[in-house]
Amino acid sequence: MTTTAPPAPAQDAPAPRRRHSKLGDRLTLSRALPMVPAAFLLVGFMLGPILYSLYLAFTDSAIRGDGAEDTSFVGFDNFIDAFTDADFWNSVALTLVFTVISAVIGQNVMGMMLALLMERANRVISFLVTSLVIAAWILPEVVAGYLLYTFFSGEGSLNTILTSIGLPAQDMLFTAPILAVSFANIWRGTAFSMLVYSAALSSVPGDVYESAALDGAGPVRRFRSVTLPLMRPAIATNLMLTTLQTLSVFGLIFIMTGGGPARQSQTLPLYMYEQAFSYGQLGYGTAVALLLLLIGAVASLVYLRLLPEEDKR
Amino acid sequence: MSATTETSPQGSGATDTGRTGPLVPKAPKKRSRARGASIASSVTMIVIGLAFLVPLLWVVLASFDTEASLSVAWPDTWSLGNFSAIWNAETTFRPLLNSLILCGGATVVTMVTAILCAYPMSRFRFKAKRPLLLTIIFSTGLPITAIMIPVYSLFVQVNLIDSMFGAILFLGASSLPYAIFLTKGFMDGVPIEIEESAWTEGAGVFRALWSVVIPLMRSGLAVATIFTFVSMWGNFFVPFMLLLSPENLPAAVTLYTFSSQYGQVAYGQLAAFSIFYSLPVVALYLFLGRTLGKGFAAAGGVKG
Repeated sequence: MTTTAPPAPAQDAPAPRRRHSKLGDRLTLSRALPMVPAAFLLVGFMLGPILYSLYLAFTDSAIRGDGAEDTSFVGFDNFIDAFTDADFWNSVALTLVFTVISAVIGQNVMGMMLALLMERANRVISFLVTSLVIAAWILPEVVAGYLLYTFFSGEGSLNTILTSIGLPAQDMLFTAPILAVSFANIWRGTAFSMLVYSAALSSVPGDVYESAALDGAGPVRRFRSVTLPLMRPAIATNLMLTTLQTLSVFGLIFIMTGGGPARQSQTLPLYMYEQAFSYGQLGYGTAVALLLLLIGAVASLVYLRLLPEEDKR
Repeated sequence: MSATTETSPQGSGATDTGRTGPLVPKAPKKRSRARGASIASSVTMIVIGLAFLVPLLWVVLASFDTEASLSVAWPDTWSLGNFSAIWNAETTFRPLLNSLILCGGATVVTMVTAILCAYPMSRFRFKAKRPLLLTIIFSTGLPITAIMIPVYSLFVQVNLIDSMFGAILFLGASSLPYAIFLTKGFMDGVPIEIEESAWTEGAGVFRALWSVVIPLMRSGLAVATIFTFVSMWGNFFVPFMLLLSPENLPAAVTLYTFSSQYGQVAYGQLAAFSIFYSLPVVALYLFLGRTLGKGFAAAGGVKG
């Protein structure tokens, strides 16, 4: 590092300063040293398992039985098994329903609505309501699962409210469990979208609305032709993040319904867990996990197309 | 309930200044329309707020009610019976201590490595910087649920299953991409000129980082640290898969086994335990106030 050509004698800057400017702000080996621990952790505990899963998915690895003693390569058998299993397709369909209802529609629309309402409603009310929404979000997943299990259950709060205002009682955990867990996920996840959208809204300059209002645009028109286009990047990224989060929700559903009754709320993560640990098929479970990742990747690509050209870079 | 919270419409309009935004009310008609919108917005918010409130209300009321049922109800007699029933090492303190060891340890691992990794990325120029940053952003979106089976399988092979140390390292690594991303963002906000003088005085990378950069980004680091800790505290799947023996289990997992342990579920005790378990994250959130939300939102990709 010190064996470079001697500096031009005419320069009058002090020696250490020159040494620095010669090195510039380029990354040298010794300067990269602090990145080693993070690299070690990421390679060992993230990249390693990802690469390993590409191997595992093509084997009959199992906790017990044939694949446990000596694991052997089975080619695409796990994927063929998945594609010919009705329970797998049931899980795919439920995952899509869960994601569309709770993330794409529920959390996004509710989050956007709250962000818009926050700007107009009474300050104190806004503060109290957004605090409740955020409280629902920061609670641990298992606690949220129990809270919403009690809310939707037969003797739960929802029925107490419904019957007290003369409406028929429901039993959603048995009649429509996927709806119950979707509502639960809206309850739990809306705060994130609300915070993202409220931050994005506050960065929209006020004079844009002013001139739109002068041109005679009503509130709905202003929202559609001014707010929405300006917020497109925020909407696209938020859709992507909430979708990826929702695709992998496990604890909430596991606590509320366990995937049942009769697999009626068994989304892909729960199906994957059941196959890998209840039935011990690690290889097959990993293949399902890869398919879950594939769904996430496809969804992300779709959302990236929503981004305006200049934001893609 | 809604009637008490609205301002009655007979006021002279002094109450809604500053809320109507850039539209300067010229005619009384416009002003009353703005107030109408404000009242309608408030009412809608209250309705949404009630939907969010009921489940939260249940856990609070049930925890003080030894006869708690599944439905939200005012306790006949307020009692601390549920809290005293779980006030022992077996049920409450050991799981909470395990949570603290697991999440505290993993947070330290994450933050120390994230700060170290963010510094060169923020300060120096290198060819792979952009692809590296994109890879990190991409991996923040990676669903951890989807890699838990290979992780479990690997942990079995290297004998790290049921080891607190192994769980800490994995949990730390899984939060690392997001922490690096957040930390680098905050670090970019610290002007480089101050360090340059430290460099010329011969301070190395670690010295400049420790005595110049870190003190200047303390509040950003607090946000990143608390965010990391809070999301680990609520994580269920990772400890559920990697830890087995009862003396290692954190509160997230023991809460799940709560119902099966006692046969007949004591909902009051479950609620009381939920409160104990949730208290740290609620306290940390209150401590940070809304900056936590802002940190999230910024990291949530508003900037793209």
